[in-house]
Amino acid sequence: MESQELKEKVSAKKFVQELAKGIILTNPVFVLVLGLCPTLAVTTSVNNALGMGAGVIFVLLGSNLIISIIRKVTPVMVRIPVFIVVIASFVTILSLVFEAYIPPLYESLGIYLPLIVVNCIILGRAEVFASKNPIIYSIADGLGAGLGFTLSLIIISFLREVLGTGSLVIFGKHLFSIPVLSSSPLSVFIMPPGAFIIIALLMAFFRLIGVLKNE
Amino acid sequence: MNSLLTIFLSLVLINNFILSKFLGLCPFFGVSKKLSNAISMGAAVTLVMLLASIATGIIYNYILIPYKIQFMNIIIYILVIAALVQIVEIVIKRTNILLYNALGIYLPLITTNCAVLGITLINAQNNYSLLQSIVSALGGGLGFTLMLIIMSAIRERNELADTPKSMKGLPIAFIIAALLSLAFMGFNGLL
Repeated sequence: MESQELKEKVSAKKFVQELAKGIILTNPVFVLVLGLCPTLAVTTSVNNALGMGAGVIFVLLGSNLIISIIRKVTPVMVRIPVFIVVIASFVTILSLVFEAYIPPLYESLGIYLPLIVVNCIILGRAEVFASKNPIIYSIADGLGAGLGFTLSLIIISFLREVLGTGSLVIFGKHLFSIPVLSSSPLSVFIMPPGAFIIIALLMAFFRLIGVLKNE
Repeated sequence: MNSLLTIFLSLVLINNFILSKFLGLCPFFGVSKKLSNAISMGAAVTLVMLLASIATGIIYNYILIPYKIQFMNIIIYILVIAALVQIVEIVIKRTNILLYNALGIYLPLITTNCAVLGITLINAQNNYSLLQSIVSALGGGLGFTLMLIIMSAIRERNELADTPKSMKGLPIAFIIAALLSLAFMGFNGLL
């Protein structure tokens, strides 16, 4: 009983720690280099990136929650298939909801929406964290990793959309456009090669910061 | 016949799995450091893609569509692929130990490879028949292998080049991929 109380006391602090860890220190995309396929494929516009990010956060929260709840009754030998079925169920729910309520987003995400199932970030968090930790921390961990992933998507898609079209449109609202760039945009950036270039430069940038910090 | 050729060529050259669909990037960057590894990985992925397409093609056309439960495809496909990879691993281990030594370590990695689930989802999305699914799997797998081989040949040379410190390793590999992708965009007018 006493240990239970002790756990309750430290939980608020640890909750924030687990949350922050996923966003900055172990950012899934730039630091761990996980989940590359959707990162490059759906970042043609900020709108798609937000949709994908919301989807991944939903699936991460759901799968971490369920896997943490069943962690004591799951046999170790079959844990991976169990995790995959849990994740696939949440992805099915998500894709049905998107199809019903936001069809344009569903169309533009295409096969990358069901491919959330094989996103290494989600199975990774299930295996490394949720299968070993209590429910509340697993939720924090899922939220952190999801937010970190979404943040990276937003950064990449912002650069790609602004350079590639010269303007920014979110939820159908035209936010701004850059005079010269919008009349003759660098459209290579919204095409596949641009995705590779942007992520290469961002990775090199993050490394440069690391190198400078160490010196 | 014409449409089969179109599906095949478009997946090998134009809608290449790696360069334009971004599927299977983890093995692309992880395994493409040596030519021999690249060929083994490519062969393993192509084999699993082909078998997965046949299995899911049968399930989609003869079970999911007649019973109108296409929305269950994500769960069913991932289970089929996971089971299939296990079976392939066991069969290869029992029948051909040389092949197992060459492909063995790559097989478990393939279960969570987006390229395999990707091809089955593309087949379902386009309502491909069984024959069309097989052709598209062959095209996708071959395109994937081709890229892995080209990439590994470039990276073997790139190891010797004098790259800036923060660009070494992955970032420069992404730049190489960008240039390859630009080059392959030239095939867009082919079909």
